[in-house]
Amino acid sequence: MTTPPAPDPRPVDVTAWIGSYPFRDVPHPDPEVLVRVLDREGFAGAWVGHLPGAFHRDPVPSNRALYAAVEPFAGVLLPTPIVRPDWPCWTEMLRDAVNAGAPAVRVYPAQWGLGPRHSALAELALACGEVGVALHVTLRFEDLRQRHPMDTVGDVPAATLRGLARLAGSRCHLVIAGAGREIIEETHWGLTPSEQQRVFYDFGWVWGPPDDHFAHLVGTMGAERLTWSSWWPLRLAQQSRALVDLLPHHGSSPIANVAFTDGFADGRIILEAAQSAARSGLGSQNSPGTVQPTNR
Amino acid sequence: MSSLIDVHAHFHTPLSNRGDWQRYNASRLDAGDRMGVVCHVASVLGSWGATSPTYFSSPLDQTRANDWMLDFAEERSPRVKTWVAVNPNFTAHALSEIERGIARGAIGIKLAAGRRADDALLDDIAAAAAQYGVPVLQHIWQHRRRDWPNQDASDGIELARLAARHPNAIFQLAHIGGGGDWAHTYPAVRDFENIVMDLSGSGIDRGMIDEALRWVGARRLLWGADLTLCTALTKLRALPYTGASKDDLADMCWRNAVRIFPAGAFTTALAAANHSVVSGASA
Repeated sequence: MTTPPAPDPRPVDVTAWIGSYPFRDVPHPDPEVLVRVLDREGFAGAWVGHLPGAFHRDPVPSNRALYAAVEPFAGVLLPTPIVRPDWPCWTEMLRDAVNAGAPAVRVYPAQWGLGPRHSALAELALACGEVGVALHVTLRFEDLRQRHPMDTVGDVPAATLRGLARLAGSRCHLVIAGAGREIIEETHWGLTPSEQQRVFYDFGWVWGPPDDHFAHLVGTMGAERLTWSSWWPLRLAQQSRALVDLLPHHGSSPIANVAFTDGFADGRIILEAAQSAARSGLGSQNSPGTVQPTNR
Repeated sequence: MSSLIDVHAHFHTPLSNRGDWQRYNASRLDAGDRMGVVCHVASVLGSWGATSPTYFSSPLDQTRANDWMLDFAEERSPRVKTWVAVNPNFTAHALSEIERGIARGAIGIKLAAGRRADDALLDDIAAAAAQYGVPVLQHIWQHRRRDWPNQDASDGIELARLAARHPNAIFQLAHIGGGGDWAHTYPAVRDFENIVMDLSGSGIDRGMIDEALRWVGARRLLWGADLTLCTALTKLRALPYTGASKDDLADMCWRNAVRIFPAGAFTTALAAANHSVVSGASA
């Protein structure tokens, strides 16, 4: 009789991509390299998007490329394809994502020109809640100060995030990537307690010491709302771990003493929450005054 | 990596507009200790905007800031050293501050963004740096394509012009991760051996350090943090994966600092460097 292997205790990264970036070179953004980096940096796996597709109009070819590229690495690289809800047949993109076992789907509202409370985004969020996949929103790819002259779309505003989180009847779980302290707080404290429970923030863009924004957020919002990420291949994958290791009050030798997951969310936890909410069939506890989706 | 010198640090003072200035400073020192930083080479930019703009500090604000910084370095010696900061628009005051600061133990000159780096007003300051044998830390906006508010920022090309005029002075180009397009900076400064670059800043782009190594080599790169120690730790942990040798790592982490600053500046700090560090844990 054999004992089943213990589950990998390491976190699942929620924000990684494969593929090239249109505005600068990123070194070897290939899935086999990502697998090595994840293992080296202590991640059990990653939610992986297809970076070029964020800048394309039609996401379908990008999704095809993504599914094919991560297939050899099933169980480690989890596809998070794009669903563009203002594009014809977007429900088929979502259906394909579910069939491929995607834990989440990705949206790029700034690149598509979809502003706060856009009805298409609302419809997608509601649909994600029904099928138990998270909705991953990328606020930005690069620091404002270094953007290419042709990269003019700006960041996704907190109003868009609050609008998605406030949808009446929604069971959608949101993952917000690329936010600093200000956007996170503006979103989190602009939601009811029940709405807050469905939003997770990738903490890779939050500052550590000496400003200690990360410690502040851990203290005020709780680690469970903050999730691990690598931001590979755009950024150095060590940042999330560095932030946790530099948290104050973790003893004199934080690397040795802090459990790697230590109360923070990760892709596994978020997927379980999204699936549990979908299975429950329970409506949201939002008040009647919350935003209603508009049929297109 | 047994030793680490942060060549680009800042502290706040009771004269700046942060009520938590003591907490901020303590956090920096604490995080530095945990990472293995044996010395923070730091400056204070005037009142940090409280009574004159950060990058255009008034002479009075800058004198007070330097006084505070020199006192702090004295109290925290050998863990903290001083860049004496000056506003080049007030040449006589700047030269006086440099003389006074170095007499009190400052080991370099900090220029922020009060004037473009290639402006003739900087010549006397660069000459003073060469005369005293101290480096100049020049705030840089990597590939400045327009004017940004509240500063006359310079980029690599502008600093290279100053470096060409002062071959006997050493210029530390600030924070390749500190905003703008770092890829523009490397070819702009490659041929100017008296320009070194620090890795500080909040930017942690993949490829940034690798390309810097290709263009200028490890002997002209210095690890530092500036305003975000988390990104500094990230870059420290990424260094071993850039293809850098052990010698290269030592150069970037501390040996280049020993070379460019006055002799003996870090001797005591390095001797006391038997500490527990978190810096190499994922290397």
